[in-house]
Amino acid sequence: MLFRRFSLIVYALLILIPLLVVMLTSVKTLQETFANPLAFPEGGIKFDNYIAIFQEQTMAGYFLNSTIVTLFSVTLTLLFASMIAYGITRLNSWIGNALFVLFTLGMMVPAQVIMVPLYSLMLDFGLTNSLVGLILVNISSTLPIAVFILTGFMKTLPKELFEAATIDGAGNWQMFAKVAIPLSLPSLSATAIFLFVMHWNDLLYPLLFITDNAYKTLPLALLEFQGQYSTNYPMLFTGVIIASAPMVIAYVFLQRFFVAGMTAGAVKG
Amino acid sequence: MRTPKSIYLFFLPGLLLYSVFFLYPTVSALFYSFTNWDGFSDAFQFVGIDNYQRAFTADSIFRKTIGNNLKFMFVVVIFQTLVALAFALIMLKNTKTTIFLRALYFFPTILSSVSVAFIWAFIYDPSLGILNRGLSVIGLDFLAQNWLGNANIAIYSLAITQVWFHAGQMLIIFVAGLQAIPQEMYEVAKIEGASKWQTFRKVTWPLLAPSATIVVAYTTIQSFKAFDLVFAMTGGGPNYSTEIIATYIYSVAFEGYQFGYASAISVIFMIIIAFITFLQFKALRSDRVSY
Repeated sequence: MLFRRFSLIVYALLILIPLLVVMLTSVKTLQETFANPLAFPEGGIKFDNYIAIFQEQTMAGYFLNSTIVTLFSVTLTLLFASMIAYGITRLNSWIGNALFVLFTLGMMVPAQVIMVPLYSLMLDFGLTNSLVGLILVNISSTLPIAVFILTGFMKTLPKELFEAATIDGAGNWQMFAKVAIPLSLPSLSATAIFLFVMHWNDLLYPLLFITDNAYKTLPLALLEFQGQYSTNYPMLFTGVIIASAPMVIAYVFLQRFFVAGMTAGAVKG
Repeated sequence: MRTPKSIYLFFLPGLLLYSVFFLYPTVSALFYSFTNWDGFSDAFQFVGIDNYQRAFTADSIFRKTIGNNLKFMFVVVIFQTLVALAFALIMLKNTKTTIFLRALYFFPTILSSVSVAFIWAFIYDPSLGILNRGLSVIGLDFLAQNWLGNANIAIYSLAITQVWFHAGQMLIIFVAGLQAIPQEMYEVAKIEGASKWQTFRKVTWPLLAPSATIVVAYTTIQSFKAFDLVFAMTGGGPNYSTEIIATYIYSVAFEGYQFGYASAISVIFMIIIAFITFLQFKALRSDRVSY
């Protein structure tokens, strides 16, 4: 019992200490950090790093880009994936099954496998240095997992509901909007959170397709701070906190949904 | 009951995007892998299986990246699965404390890889890093290392970071799996006088196998995809000691401008992943029971 409690505390500290150090370092000067990375700042807490990072960087722009890309990617992935899931559920024939397999195959292929041809495709389409380009690629890369989760859920909905709606004269679009979507809300919300975390944190696609500062998202901007600030950890951690803030705040309030969402992709398998 | 034909329209937008931005690049990776394309010029030649031959016989760095990937994978899969399982077993009951702790352990999962990379670069920093300072405080100076700069250990340092990053997520999957085991099974085992180990081996483990399959498969795939973390923490260095297949594809293509060769490595990468996934599902499925 004692050993159990000890292990739980050690693990908790392993998570907490680094996070506290990040917060603490962001309100210290570089000199104070070099003097003692774990100590409370001698000169008291200062928010100079936060002011400096907004002056030196186009933080607001990066933040806006991340928000636009994430919102559109999540919404459109959910819309297109639930349409496909509905289609597969309703078709209930070999075509539906074949399409399901085709989409889920995408889960097996890591994004890094197709980055080379995808890059030249984006170049040909003129979709580099474009938020629209990022959104389109994001949708196609998370569509497989979303289709997988949503189809699994929609298949458990009672068939009689759809049949009754058909008799009442409802067409496919009405049935999709009035029956399938409302009943799939638990699964949709879990998938939405999973997608939010994925798209907000994505580094690979911006790294490949964005070179213009005007279109950079937070993870890419953050990565480039490293080249600029080197081991100026107070500045780097200030960036980390700003970039993670929306996710962390959402996590505090929607914890249960996050846990359900982030494991949905795995558990359903 | 017949479904109206309008059902096919539901596939249209998704299928279109998926075909253009996923299926087409996947097929063209295979196509370019037989060429010497540099990625930019219009002209390229077909070189047959030259790229594949080069990968397997002439490229010692590529061989090294496969080895690094395997080292990284083994450490992450073993450590992460054991940590997640051990902690899942001791925090099965839903109490205020366990619910809070699970949420805390899960927390790193929602951070971006770049953030995690910065946090751990600071922990591992040879001079001001908190790991080396912590070791000296408790009198273990001799263990202090240049964690990311020493080519012999850098890949393991990255693996530990990956475990910190994702163990909480796997823990939750195990908890969900374990909570689904009917309590009566344990009562029967108790009445029969089974030891703790026997109970684990005969009741818990077989029923846990489905979640274990998922955790191991997911962790393996995740460890191959750890591009962001490696890219942001070491960039593959020092001396290619942390270069994994994914970061190597990036550097061959976008720093070496050898798109044809990078495509061949991508195809090999895809085959490796398919093969490992297949093996794991086969191996772990044989242990599966249902009640």
